Order: sequence, then C-alpha cells, then structure tokens
Amino acid sequence: MSEATISNPSSGGAPKISKISEAVIRIAGNSQDGIQAIGGFLARLAGRSEQEVMTFMTIPATISGGASIFQVRIGSGEVLSAGDEADVLLAFYQHSYEGHLSSVKKGGMVVYDSDHVTPNPEFEKDYRHIGLPISSRTVEAIGGTAKDKGKNIFTLGLLAKMFDLNVPKIEKLIHERFTGKDESIVKNALAAFHAGYSFSVGHLYETFQFIDAKQKDRPQIVMNGNEALGLGLIAAGVRFGAGYPITPWSDIMELLRRELPKYGGMFIQCEDEIASISMAIGAGYAGKVAVTGSSGPGISLKTEALGWAIMAEVPLIVVDVQRGGPSTGMPTNVEQSDLNIACYGGHGDSPRVVIAPANVEDCFYMAIEAVNIAKKYNVPVIIITDQAIATRIEAFEEPNLEKVCQDISPDLTPVADYKPYDLSTPDGYNPRVVPGTRIMSGKYPIATGLEHDEYGHPTGSPQLHMKMNAKRRKKLQALANEIVPPKVYGPSEGNVLLVGWGSTEGPIREAVDRARAAGDSVSSLHIRHISPLPNGLEEVFAGFNHVFVVEMNDEGLYGYGQLGGLLRSRYCDPKIRGLTKTDGLTFKVKEILDRAKGTIATGIRKL
Amino acid sequence: MSNPITETPARASILAAPAVPTLGEERKGLTKKEVAADHPTWCPGCGDFSVLALYFKLIEKRKLWHEKITTVAGIGCSSRFPYFVQAHGAHYIHGRALPFASGISLSRPDLHLFVFGGDGDAFSIGGNHVNHTARKNIKMSYLIMDNWVYGLTKKQTSPTSPLGFKSKTDIWGAVDQPINPMKQLISAGATFVARTTTTNVNHLLQMMEQAMDHDGFSVIECFSECVEFYEGAFDASNPRKGGKFELVPETHDVTDEMAAYKLADEPFPGKFGVFYKVNRPTKNALEQNIICKAREKVGAKKDWETLQATFNRLK
Ligand SMILES: Cc1ncc(C[n+]2csc(CCOP(=O)(O)OP(=O)(O)O)c2C)c(N)n1
Ligand code: SF4
Ligand SMILES: [Mg+2]
Repeated sequence: MSEATISNPSSGGAPKISKISEAVIRIAGNSQDGIQAIGGFLARLAGRSEQEVMTFMTIPATISGGASIFQVRIGSGEVLSAGDEADVLLAFYQHSYEGHLSSVKKGGMVVYDSDHVTPNPEFEKDYRHIGLPISSRTVEAIGGTAKDKGKNIFTLGLLAKMFDLNVPKIEKLIHERFTGKDESIVKNALAAFHAGYSFSVGHLYETFQFIDAKQKDRPQIVMNGNEALGLGLIAAGVRFGAGYPITPWSDIMELLRRELPKYGGMFIQCEDEIASISMAIGAGYAGKVAVTGSSGPGISLKTEALGWAIMAEVPLIVVDVQRGGPSTGMPTNVEQSDLNIACYGGHGDSPRVVIAPANVEDCFYMAIEAVNIAKKYNVPVIIITDQAIATRIEAFEEPNLEKVCQDISPDLTPVADYKPYDLSTPDGYNPRVVPGTRIMSGKYPIATGLEHDEYGHPTGSPQLHMKMNAKRRKKLQALANEIVPPKVYGPSEGNVLLVGWGSTEGPIREAVDRARAAGDSVSSLHIRHISPLPNGLEEVFAGFNHVFVVEMNDEGLYGYGQLGGLLRSRYCDPKIRGLTKTDGLTFKVKEILDRAKGTIATGIRKL
Repeated sequence: MSNPITETPARASILAAPAVPTLGEERKGLTKKEVAADHPTWCPGCGDFSVLALYFKLIEKRKLWHEKITTVAGIGCSSRFPYFVQAHGAHYIHGRALPFASGISLSRPDLHLFVFGGDGDAFSIGGNHVNHTARKNIKMSYLIMDNWVYGLTKKQTSPTSPLGFKSKTDIWGAVDQPINPMKQLISAGATFVARTTTTNVNHLLQMMEQAMDHDGFSVIECFSECVEFYEGAFDASNPRKGGKFELVPETHDVTDEMAAYKLADEPFPGKFGVFYKVNRPTKNALEQNIICKAREKVGAKKDWETLQATFNRLK
C-alpha cells in the first residue's frame, strides 16, 4: 500500500484513516465461496471510480471445491501488475491462512474468519491480525437456510468499510449483478453487504482512503482478456466462428456463441479442433474472416489445416490462449510455451502471422488488427494470449465503438478475370474473389493445398513452387514494413534491456520503474508482432549492453526461451539472453529484477 | 423470366447470404464445354469419369450457374474432382472436406454445394466428421466414390475393403471387418441416404438430382471401380458383366429406418436407390432461427449500437 499522507493518527477508539494511492488485496478460500465475485465487484467499482485495476486469480483444476484465490490491485495511478505482495489478506480457512500468509507484505494485514482459522502466534508479530467471525455473522445476517452462502458479500462489506469504498455504487453493482434473479437474492445480498459494512466498525484499527484518481476523458470499462478478445472480434466484423471447448479458450467461444446471433452471425461447436478450424477456413474461403481457437493441445490438432489455409491463401483468425504444456500439462496455469508452434507449427514452409496482445485493452484492438491483416493479406493470423491475460480483469478507456466497428462482408460484384494466386502483384497479395462471384472470362479459381499455378490448378513445376513460396513469404515481408515498431520504455540507450511479449508487459514495465527509481539503468521493449517481426529491432538492441528476453517458458536446450531463440536466430546477437521460468505463475516484479541482477556480474547499474 | 434459376425462398431470405449484384441479362444453362476444366488425371477406365460426366449433366440439366456452384473435395483420386469442374471449388485436406464444406454451407446458403470424395476420405480419416455432419444435418450433397481401396496411395486396405481383399497392407487378405456405409450413415442421422453405381448412369443422375433437391445432408454411396487396384470389384452389380442391378422395391418406405437397415444388411450387390429419406430441420435453418430471434430483440440497432449495449453492462 503506497501511503500518501497519514491523517488522524489515533490512539485507540476510532480507527485511524490513512490516505493511500493503491492497495493489493488477496482473497483466499475455496472456489465455491464466490471469491471471484468479490474480486469482480471490486474491479468493476474501481473502473467506475476511474481507478486503475488489475486482478489475478487461480482456479483449481477440479470442478468444485479446491483452493482458489483472487487478488485485486486497485490504484489511483497506473497499475501495471497484480502486485508482488498483498497489503491485505482475507483468509476464509486455515489452509488459506497458512498457504497465503507469505504473499503478504511484512507489516501487512491479515483478516481471517475466526470461525475457521486459528492464527499462529508466531506470525502475529510480523502481520497485523484481525479475526472476525465471518461465517457465523453471515448466517446471522441472512438467516434461513442459506448457511454461510453470502459470506463473500459480507466480506465485500468489510472491505468497503476498510477502504472507505463508495457504498451507493456497490449497492448499484449488487442490484445489477442479481437482476433477473429472485427478489430475495438481491435482498439477501444487500443484507449480507450491510452486515459486513456495519460489523467492522470498532473491529478495525485502521481504515484507508484512496486519493482521488485523475479524471479520465472517456468512461472506463472493465473486463477480462477473453471478453476483450471476443468483443474485439465482433467489432472487427467477424460473423462466423467454430471451436471445441478447452480451458482457458472456452470463454471466448461461449461469448461468441451467445453474442454473434445478435449480429446475424453464428459460432458452431464442432466435434473436434480439426473440424473447427476446417469449418472456419470453409467460411473464410466463402468470403468471411472467420475465427477458431483453442489452447495448446487443440492448436496441435489444427496445424495441418492451418497449413492448407496458408497454402490456399485463405484469411483466418486462430486464437491460442496458452496454458501450461506440453500435453495436458498444467491446464489452469499460465505459460508462454506455444510461441514455437504458433510461429513454426506445421509441415513445409508455412509463413503465417503471429501477434500477441500485451494487456486486456490490447486484446480488443489487436483482434481488430488481426482481422484486417488476415483480410488484406489473405493469410491466417494467430492471436496468442495466455491464461493470465485471459482471466485477469482490467479497466480501460471505453473504445469509440461507432468508429472502430467495421463491416467486412464480401463483395460479389462480377469481375472480368481472376487469378487467385497472381504472381504479378508487387507484394504477393490481391483481393480475393469468393464463391457467388461471376467471373466473365469463364475461368474459375480452385482453392488448393497442392502447389498450383496462378488459377489454382496443380503443378509439379519447380519454378512455380519457388515462385509461390516466394509469394507467400513476400506478403509477410510487406506486412513487416507496415508494422509500427515498438517504442522502448525508458531511455533508448542503457545497460539492460528487458524484452517481453504478451501478458508480461505490466510486470516488466513495473520492473523498469522500480529499477530506475533505485538508480539502475534498465529499459524494456515489448514485442506485440512476433511473426513477422517489426523492422529496426537490431538498432534498439544496439543501444544496450545486455538484452534479457523475459518469458514464461523453459530455457530450452541452449539457454533461451522461445522468443529468445527466435530473436537470436533473427539477429545473431549473442548479447540476447533468456530470463525464463515455468512455475505456472505470472512474473513478479522482484523476480525479474533479481534474475537480471543475478546474471550480470557487474550489476545492472550502468558501468 | 429474368431469373431462370430456381432459388428456394428459404435460401434467398437468409440473412447471412450476401447481396449478389445481377447484370440484368437473360442467362442460358451451361454447356458441358463451359463447365469442363482440366482434363481428368484419372486412369483410363476409372469409374470416377462417369461421376464427373453426370455432374456436368446435372449442372446442364438443372441450369446451375458457374458462380453458384461450389465443388469441394478432400484428398484421394476421387477427390481431384474440383480441378475438372469449371466453377468455384476447393481441394481441401484428407478427410476434412465435410467440416470445410459446412463452413461454406452455414455462411453461404446461396450456393449449391457438392462434396466429392473416396471411401478412405469418408470413412477412415474423416469418419467422425461424417457422423457429425449427418447428425447436424448440414445442407449439402455428398457423393462418396467407393472403390473399396485406397487408389491414390496405390492399393492399401480401405475401411470398405471386403474381408480377404489382398492389398499392399494386407498381403494375406484383409482381416478387419469392413464398415457398412449405409448403416453408418443412417445411424449417424443423415437425412438422405442413397446407393448407386457408375455402371448405371441414369440411376446415378437420378440419385444426384434427388440428393441436390433434398433440404439437408444428402449422401450417396456410389460404387466406382478402381481399374488399377481393384479390378472387377463391382462386377456382381453390373448386368454387362453378368451381375444384377436391382432397384430398391417400390414398396420400400424411405422414412422407415428399420426397413432401411434391412436393405443395408443385404449381401453385395444388394439394392440400389434411396434407402432412407426424412425431413428434419437443417442446422442451417436452426441457426437461422437463433439469429432471427436474437435480431428481433436487437431491433433496428446498428451493430455498433448493439455492441455498445454490451459494453454498457461492463462499466
Ligand atoms: C493426413 C494425410 N494422411 C495421409 C494422406 C495420404 N493419402 C492420400 S489419399 C489417401 C487415401 C485415399 O483413399 P480414398 O479416400 O478411398 O480415395 P481414392 O484414392 O480411393 O479415390 C491417403 C491415405 C494424406 N494425403 N493426408
Ligand atoms: S488408381 Fe484407381 S481410383 Fe485412382 S484414378 Fe486410377 S483407377 Fe481411378
Ligand atoms: Mg477409395
């Protein structure tokens, strides 16, 4: 908790009120306790209060039961990660208390349910302990047969008191959340909330108040990465999709299945991932830009068909929400180990586009970018995200939907002649002519996976194979020239450059901020376009003594992770080194800095 | 009539179908010359030639236009089909032609969609797709050129090879029980299941026409001899080779599933014709229904306004 000013230091009686700019709250319990819901309420409230917010959660792999946490970091300034250490831990059970105490900052606060938790006296000197009978008080407040269901909302009341949160806004959120449900559910929820809110008075020896956040130009919206990606695809004009369920991709397919009919579109649940990608490619061939997606195991199944789409030059969006691999791996943990399959997965030379959104807001806009690239270059685009970005909630400025929404329906105006694989275009691509379009020359195109001539008819000519390979490659080289190179965060010259991709952007930036505040020479570069890479990265690397590629995957046989390997092969620069891990958790800021420091003998301060 | 092509109103009204500009001229049906493309690469005498010839005939007879025809196939000798047809077409990957075609069917109901393939493509690598396309009843016509062998890869056992068939992968004769395509298609939920052979071209054309007119997933198993690797396989069904070609009896009730299974159980050559045909809503229609209901709620809102309403709930 960054404390701004401390006012009203009290010597007992009324709790003292501290002004803070941000707080990290971790709620630990079991998955059926509705912990995610408290986190969701807090995140949404922060969004409405123009605060920055980021969340982090773990979900047990088992269907019901199992330990679950939700961590929310709320700030009146910029929030880049979910926070290394919690200021406040809310523990529902003994296992939550014991398992998560170590995530609390020394001197931080532990609020525990005294109905279930016996505190360990050994810890009482390091952490401020507040025991409250959360379960029994919830039962008392709601009564009836509800048991302790609702203790999440009771806890929300406690937190509202503790952080002086806006009660009318929370009441409104509770109303919104439960509308359409039984009247008594709203009543019980409000009763639980107020019981928690009033109960805490006198039991807390300190309460907090967020300093006012900077006024934003547009209202904020609050969602997770999967929602942002799904809604981004809708904004982009995607009206057809097909998929097969797998965590953590399923949310996107469920959202599209539910939402697309409103826009005249459809999303089909298929028998498997091969059928899914095939259906999406079929729709793409027929004139749509269609989406399919999966997580690692399903992406493996899709690769043969992906190769066809590359060869036949059919637009396609493939979403890969990465989780821990290989095989079934760690299905509910985060990892960035699908970069290789995204960039290289498939047989033959099969260049495709791979882009990686850096945060939740980016998921929305990169979905639109992906669709426009696929449509312009007639190429599959893989949007690679991960479990962390998929499930974490962030608030961001509401997009101007009237401006960004687009219509990409096919044009069926008759054409004089059409060569689907025209070799005379300078950059290797031309607009597609799709079924339903009359071609006055009477020569119709075949979309094919066999090497082909300009009309799509099979050929065994080595000359044509080389030319067509070059065509498929040239398109992506043309795209590379179009990509705006990423900006260095921090000075563009210095000692250490941290390079990242995907969901690690926040912690890496925070690492830069923290290191620079301590006088160290650290900058960062976040690569959102991975295949093709933007131009000019070699010049960026030239400005630094050390380049660490920070990624959540294994260091591999030769000491660098998957992006690290790609960058080394591209730039042949021996100062590019790996900073990787595979513990299934997002990077902590401290982890990044400690690892960088540990690797450089001279320290990270400029020589 | 300015538009001589029959479009069922149900198809024309579907929201997902993009508007097609017309050139405002009277159009005649296509001739064989206009619809033939590459010269087929099949071996001389291959049964697949007949299927192609009758496809041309169907296009001519039913006055289909180039741009409205979409011919799709997987991989195999039979699957080379789209290259020989002068129309929009796609030569997809082995076994996956059906889901690919489903993407076309569901997103472009304005097209006439025909899928061609072999027995390996349909019942081995693509087996599960056949089941699910059938159960979903996705609108398209699917003609399986069954030659009881893998032709393109040069004589391996196929899922329809009879027991004892000597192939390169079963030099002693096939030992695995062959599947019964008709039974499998009926049990999977295909709503039109017919059986024909390339040696009776009139019957083949009739089956193609009926399949095309069926509103749903219509499948034809068509015996098509591989003269290279399974010569004489279907002689028993060819009167010119001393076999017999018997039609499904007129008394057969095509909506009677049990009767259809009985027909399918007859030993080769069995009967030819439509074994099973029922009307069940297509996936196309069911999805359209979902869309119509959702659109009713949306009203006159533009797409961005609909999305805005969702965003408003995320504040
Ligand atoms: C994924 C994949 N596996 C294997 C093959 C090789 N292959 C091509 S066609 C074929 C079998 C073709 O048999 P069938 O479908 O009966 O068609 P036919 O050639 O007999 O007409 C095989 C195994 C392939 N192209 N792709
Ligand atoms: S190998 Fe058999 S199936 Fe293939 S073209 Fe020759 S005869 Fe026809
Ligand atoms: Mg065959």
